Amino acid sequence: MAGLTLPASRRLGSALQALIPVTVQSRGFQTYSLPELAYDYGALEPYISGEIMELHHSKHHKTYITNFNAALEKLHDAKDPQSIVALQSALNFNGGGHINHSIFWKNLAPKNQGGGEGPQGPLASAISTQFGSVEKLITKMNSSGAAVQGSGWVELKHLVVETTANQDPLTNKGLIPLLGIDVWEHAYYLQYKNVRPDYLKNIWNVINWKDVSSRYEEAL
Amino acid sequence: MSKQTLEFHWGKHHRAYVDNLNKQIKGTELEGLQLGDLVKHAYNNGNPTAYFNNAGQAWNHDFFWESLKPGGGKKPTGEVLHLIERDFGSFEAFADEFKQAAATQFGSGWAWLVGIPAGSHGEDKFGKLAIEKTKDAVNPLVLGHYPLLTIDVWEHAYYLDYQNRRPDYISTFIDELISWEAVTARLEQAKATINFYDVKMSSI
Repeated sequence: MAGLTLPASRRLGSALQALIPVTVQSRGFQTYSLPELAYDYGALEPYISGEIMELHHSKHHKTYITNFNAALEKLHDAKDPQSIVALQSALNFNGGGHINHSIFWKNLAPKNQGGGEGPQGPLASAISTQFGSVEKLITKMNSSGAAVQGSGWVELKHLVVETTANQDPLTNKGLIPLLGIDVWEHAYYLQYKNVRPDYLKNIWNVINWKDVSSRYEEAL
Repeated sequence: MSKQTLEFHWGKHHRAYVDNLNKQIKGTELEGLQLGDLVKHAYNNGNPTAYFNNAGQAWNHDFFWESLKPGGGKKPTGEVLHLIERDFGSFEAFADEFKQAAATQFGSGWAWLVGIPAGSHGEDKFGKLAIEKTKDAVNPLVLGHYPLLTIDVWEHAYYLDYQNRRPDYISTFIDELISWEAVTARLEQAKATINFYDVKMSSI
């Protein structure tokens, strides 16, 4: 295992590290646990249903963490390069899923906690310079998000709109994630069915711009 | 598989792939092609064109609906069962491997039972059955393999009925929904181009 940097959280910014609850096993490697949401499952209605939020957090995200921990345990026990390399896709997929969703929950807030209230301060000026206006940014993110084939994410990464496939972590492209929107079908299907564009239009009502701003300022 | 799922899956998702594909190829020389040929053409040897997703998904969904039937599932009989037992060891081993492939296709995609022509794997002197998984709109046609059965594991295929419980959906597919008649008919067609048996034996 010489040369491997583990756990993954060491390579992320300290703000992100603070978000991800960890446990140190007695055998000396970290495992991860499901972060709590700062709001109830139903708090984002009517834009995202409580049913979706509960499934998405307590089942999908939890499963990524369970499988990530299992892969980390196998990595800890691996004795040869072949075994280590064989774990790459499980680590990328499940670790990425954990990272992406941890950010996503913080990117959302109910209306009574500031959800949907537009960006202020340095982020607002930067968006204005880069995109012209918040509305233009939203239009760009929504068209990119609608165009993702299959499963993935649309993100605002340090003032560039990017998409990633499956659970590829936002950090894989060497950019700092500010805001991510999950466009996997599980993120919207029970409520919006096949009409992904309606989900993308409505989610802006519960975007936590304060969180996006603080990530932006941290990254400056 | 609920009525609601089929209404959305066939009536919205599949329909959109077909409508959008038609728009993309309208007025081009591609309009006259059979869908299977269009898919291979669009795949462009691994550098897919803009209409590959719609073409692939249109083909995949046609194939998927034909792979299902009410009151299906259980075990195949006849030559399909014989080849499954020959190439997987037992029907149970086939079912386990198929479930595993379908459950571990990360993100969107499909799992397949295919016929692979002789010689594809070097030392093989005759064709055999195999299980494959593909992502998004990809299908075995582009690999030169012969599809016999598929399961759609995009989330829209099961989310209304099973939510995150993909393995339960896969088990129901195997136990209750597979049309082995369709698989048998496809195997017959596959034999026109794939020799599944030792040449000496099949000439008796």
